[in-house]
Amino acid sequence: MKIVVPVKRVIDYNVKPRVKADGTGVDLANVKMSMNPFDEIAVEEAIRLKEKGVATEIVAVSVGPAKAQETLRTALAMGADRAILVQTDDEVEPLAVAKILKAIADEETPGLVILGKQAIDDDSNQTGQMLAALLGRPQGTFASEVTVDGDSVVVKREVDGGLETVKLALPAIVTTDLRLNEPRYASLPNIMKAKSKPLATKAPADYGVDTAPRLKTLKVGEPPVRQAGVKVADVDTLVAKIKELGIA
Amino acid sequence: MKTLVWVEHDNASVKDATLATVTAASQLGEVHLLVAGEGCAAVADQAAKIAGVAKVHLADNAAYGHGLAENVAPLIADLMASHDAFVAPATTTGKNVAPRVAALLDVMQISDILSVEGEKTFTRPIYAGNAIATVESADPKLVITVRGTAFAKAPAEGGSAAVEAVAGPGDAGLSSYVGSEIAKSERPELTSAKVIVSGGRALKDSDTFQQYIFPLADKLGAAVGASRAAVDAGYVPNDYQVGQTGKIVAPEVYIAVGISGAIQHLAGMKDSKTIIAINKDEDAPIFQVADLGLVADLFTAVPDLTSKL
Repeated sequence: MKIVVPVKRVIDYNVKPRVKADGTGVDLANVKMSMNPFDEIAVEEAIRLKEKGVATEIVAVSVGPAKAQETLRTALAMGADRAILVQTDDEVEPLAVAKILKAIADEETPGLVILGKQAIDDDSNQTGQMLAALLGRPQGTFASEVTVDGDSVVVKREVDGGLETVKLALPAIVTTDLRLNEPRYASLPNIMKAKSKPLATKAPADYGVDTAPRLKTLKVGEPPVRQAGVKVADVDTLVAKIKELGIA
Repeated sequence: MKTLVWVEHDNASVKDATLATVTAASQLGEVHLLVAGEGCAAVADQAAKIAGVAKVHLADNAAYGHGLAENVAPLIADLMASHDAFVAPATTTGKNVAPRVAALLDVMQISDILSVEGEKTFTRPIYAGNAIATVESADPKLVITVRGTAFAKAPAEGGSAAVEAVAGPGDAGLSSYVGSEIAKSERPELTSAKVIVSGGRALKDSDTFQQYIFPLADKLGAAVGASRAAVDAGYVPNDYQVGQTGKIVAPEVYIAVGISGAIQHLAGMKDSKTIIAINKDEDAPIFQVADLGLVADLFTAVPDLTSKL
């Protein structure tokens, strides 16, 4: 079984984003960029399925600028077999990304597509579900456990009340939650080896997808800022303050 | 504009998240509700009483009993032929179903809206809430998820909408529900609690988390939350997590115990009315957002606080 893993190059999760003064977006100049953390979990899960003998080949895909090659090389260094970069400097919305991924899935016919549940830049949480809809296949979103069982996959999902388990007919789409696994670091020999793994470069037009945005961003602003309050000296003062709030 | 609102329920009663979603939808136009489930007629009757609702569509079918996206998305897509906007709460159910609907309709979804600025213009948080984007949709129909803490709850009583049964395509044959592990708790739910006591990695382990956080929460009638670090370390289950990728909360009072205040955690609680932080590190970022801070070792301060309240 082949697994396709889409990955996105995003601002590193340790960096505090700064809104541009002109209100057009977030300043990404000279900011550390990394693979979206949920996508690392997706790559790791695919590799584990390959190590278990369930998967035979892992194809990493990214839709983004030329520099997204670095993100794909990271996926290859972790253990993906080959990569496809769908190169564009435009901002591509989840719906258009899902359409590109659908075209790739039609070509590659994977048994599973494993994606991060959301990207930490736009926080949309849409691409996996949209891809599942476009392919007419089932979706196991927010996965905390994935077990392939014959021609189906059992997915334990993190839901608001706890956990829910669903059984999906393969091929299926899975999106990862935080506790699915702990992604590995690529070793130096594997980083070297990744440089010679195949990486194909395509364009959205190769897949016949129009990436013109449907949402127009009118403005990006700062959120309301909270002012730091006071530090109290001891527990007794805190007790008095809590009582003033009328909750105890 | 005619809106179709996803009613969040457990086949027995309407969940609170629905009420804030109704408020958001009412700012767009006429509010219709969809109750999709199995044996859920009582939910539809309850939903019909929500103030401001014009009509309730009831799809009662075994295929909709567990809200499987593969089955309910085509039902919603069909109903959207006579509605202009699909509006769902940004719960795990809404997040699962809405994008599938959006793709079926060839619409770009607007996730987690904070406000309605115009007929097609909304604000939404990006970068873990470190920036707020104002976006305008160019699509003929809208698919929206709503951040519950950003809208007032519509009154649960006062309406008298008609309930109309709808059939829908039924089971898509792609997926099935196997089971759930839903924690039963006497405590209030995190997303609707007035007071929340949250613990972080500093709690050390699952036993100490229970021993220090739970009694304080019980004293205040509070819900219990946790940082991602505490959940990842296995102190408490995933449904306790507050943050960018967990639950978004905005209680009257949020008490953060042993939580340093990573931006991903702040994203989930910084709209709380009053934030109280207890942390032994006086430079912890949590103090930059806290209204009241106590620099102290939680293992002595928390029991002391619990006994004095």
